[in-house]
Amino acid sequence: MEKIKYGYLMPPDWSLHGHGIDQLIYLVHIFMVALFIGWGIFLTIALIRHRQRPGHQANYESATSKLPKFIEVGIVLFEVFLLVGLSFPIWNRYKTDPPAAEDALTVRVVGQQFVWNIHYPGEDGKFGKTSIKFVSDFNPLGIDPDDPASVDDFFAVNQFHIPVNKPIIAQISSKDVIHSFGVPVLRVKQDATPGMAVPIWFTATQTGQFEIICSQLCGVGHSLMKGIITVDNDEDFGKWWQEQPRPFKKEAPAEAKVDTVPESEATKG
Amino acid sequence: MSEAHHPEPGFIQKYIFSVDHKVIGIQYGITSLVFLFLGFCLMMLMRWQLAFPGEAMPLAGKIFTNGMPGGVMLPEFYNSLGAMHGTIMIFLGVVPLGVGAFGNYLVPLMVGAPDMAFPKLNAASYWVYFVGGMIMLASFFIPGGAANSGWTSYPPLSVIATAGQTYWLVGMVFLITSSLLGSVNILVTIIQLRAPGLSFFKLPFFVWAQFVTSFLLLLAFPPLEAAGILQLMDRVAGTSFFMPSGLVVSNTPMEIAGGGNAILWQHLFWFLAHPEVYVLILPAIGIITEIIVANTRKPLYGYKTLIYSVIFLGLMSFLVWAHHMFMTGMGTTMSNFFQVTTMIISIPSVVILTVLIITLWGGSIRFNVPMLFALTFLPMFAIGGLTGLPLGLTASDIYFHDTYYVIGHFHYVVAPGSLFALFAGIYYWYPKAAGRKMSSFWGKVHFYGSVVSINLIFFPMLFQGLAGLNRRLYDPTFYANGAAIQDLNVLISIAAWSLGAFQLIFIANFFLSMKFGKKVNDNPWEATTLEWQTPTPPPHGNFLQDPVVCRGPYEYSVPGEAKDYLPQNEESTRSEQVA
Repeated sequence: MEKIKYGYLMPPDWSLHGHGIDQLIYLVHIFMVALFIGWGIFLTIALIRHRQRPGHQANYESATSKLPKFIEVGIVLFEVFLLVGLSFPIWNRYKTDPPAAEDALTVRVVGQQFVWNIHYPGEDGKFGKTSIKFVSDFNPLGIDPDDPASVDDFFAVNQFHIPVNKPIIAQISSKDVIHSFGVPVLRVKQDATPGMAVPIWFTATQTGQFEIICSQLCGVGHSLMKGIITVDNDEDFGKWWQEQPRPFKKEAPAEAKVDTVPESEATKG
Repeated sequence: MSEAHHPEPGFIQKYIFSVDHKVIGIQYGITSLVFLFLGFCLMMLMRWQLAFPGEAMPLAGKIFTNGMPGGVMLPEFYNSLGAMHGTIMIFLGVVPLGVGAFGNYLVPLMVGAPDMAFPKLNAASYWVYFVGGMIMLASFFIPGGAANSGWTSYPPLSVIATAGQTYWLVGMVFLITSSLLGSVNILVTIIQLRAPGLSFFKLPFFVWAQFVTSFLLLLAFPPLEAAGILQLMDRVAGTSFFMPSGLVVSNTPMEIAGGGNAILWQHLFWFLAHPEVYVLILPAIGIITEIIVANTRKPLYGYKTLIYSVIFLGLMSFLVWAHHMFMTGMGTTMSNFFQVTTMIISIPSVVILTVLIITLWGGSIRFNVPMLFALTFLPMFAIGGLTGLPLGLTASDIYFHDTYYVIGHFHYVVAPGSLFALFAGIYYWYPKAAGRKMSSFWGKVHFYGSVVSINLIFFPMLFQGLAGLNRRLYDPTFYANGAAIQDLNVLISIAAWSLGAFQLIFIANFFLSMKFGKKVNDNPWEATTLEWQTPTPPPHGNFLQDPVVCRGPYEYSVPGEAKDYLPQNEESTRSEQVA
């Protein structure tokens, strides 16, 4: 496991998709600094050369130069390049190109004041149904204990374990107010809005630990709403996965037989 | 319209319930300056918590017994301070100062009118604003304190928040109503009351900026007023406009109808709040244009370009609002549309800056206090605009959204941008209103002190944003990336307090100059626009003779003239051959 060094600039990028984002950020900043220095030099020269002093007269005629037009056109072209060349493709890939569900680990991430609940589907890859009538302090996600799909489900609070180099699909939602699932090291951010479940996906490329920072003011405890993402290698992740208690596991395994019925029910709901 | 023959009114009639646009402008000005200082004080308190999280602040425990017991700030108090800092600075400070004070005082003078089109409506607008401000202030003293859901007031948080939010919404309804009344008045005044000969393309650029600003206020505020009332209903009448079904707060299902949409509020809010950015910036651009031209002693380069740019800016500002919402989960069609419009809106801003910088070329530049502030606006606004780029591009916004980068960005636009322009305006037009100049020495102390401090506040914030530090965090050291750069927070806080100290100099200068300032003639800056062609201070009714305008606003250094400026209403000294 590597330790992350934080400093005055961006933390390291440990995601598969973050490279493009970083590149865009660097490029835009180089452009900004260059433009600002250029402007600044012109402004300074103008102020010194045309300051009021004895024997100096203002010109009634304005300066005529094509240069500003060229600069403006240059800026427009560069912005078009930023949009079409970088921002569109990066964003579109980030938004519309999910990994195949078979290859990915799908989890539900549900914000609440002031913790992150991570709902794992268990071995069957299916989430148990949820309803607010089952919500309690012991079942914060309101997972239906009678749904056969919830038998192997488990959830974690503020501890989000993921395997390295495996695509993760996270359904981001919230129980109460708007939160935002922000992970600087993974270059990921998505508002968690009640009434919506928005899928995002990412792949961590190194093992280690870093923070989920709530990125939308969510109340008194907003600044304490920190989750920890632990990226494990496959072996450690498998071990952790096995160790998790399954709170909805029934003693009698007979119920697991009626596996196909609830699925049609689920589509109805 | 002329009320010159009325008997001399008493003190209350003259200074408190006046219908004279100049008195109302000064009322707006003083009130909004008080609010600006108050909003800044809230921030100076927050800066203690950000620099020294959880440590007791000397004396504070005695003053803020509820919010800071024992001197240690509570998170709910911190959130209140944050929400109210934003609300006060924008809705009670910069907008009333830029539009209410400068618009009211100067627009009738600059168009050569005896008063606003609707003087009583004008007074009503001020008093509605005043009531709105008092409601906001009162909310600090109720149980639970003032609104604490951010100045953006996103539901469901704002709907389940303490009673302060109800005060906030009621206060906002008053403030919006006031802005609507004021904007109608400015629009009608500009359209109807221009002096003979003063065609639209002879108006000073400041008037154009106010014209476009008023349209923005008129068109953008009603959606927020409606949204504010809907949120109020959600809070007090049990409706669910912004409350989706299935909400569970503290593991208890909420007793609400549900079926609403939390994102709807954000659309309605930002539909106002993006044009609002231009409401904050356009009067500022108008002010610095007047000051830069007068102190460059040459005509404005590209007068019409500038006008078309602000009209375009105004129109486009209605089409960019969702760039504040890229992280809500919007799809590619919508986000791509909004990032394209966002890039497009940067172009008129670039044009405006270019026009103003080129205007300097070939001038004879005077570096007086208003000019120093006005010139500083240019690079500061440039930083503010440029840092908008990575936020406006969705891909980089994934990283920067809701970090201190955003705070640095918009403060560069509004604080060393708009506010410096407003300071410039105060130093520039103070002699017209008071008959005396503000001290130029103390003005320069105020200027240099403020420039250094304010950059030490906002520039480090860009680095905090790069490091991924989030805004609105009560304790930034709780996160590894924040703890690593906590020294920046200490630096920023010290700079903020020093900025506060330099404002005390301004306050003293402002009041003492009324009595001790150097007396000036009617046109101390030798400027061309009509407000300088009145007695000082202008009497009720403004002009001794109704002005007749015979030329454009910026005829400086005309070849062959006796003096280097030609007022808009004055005959040329040489035989009339200026086309």
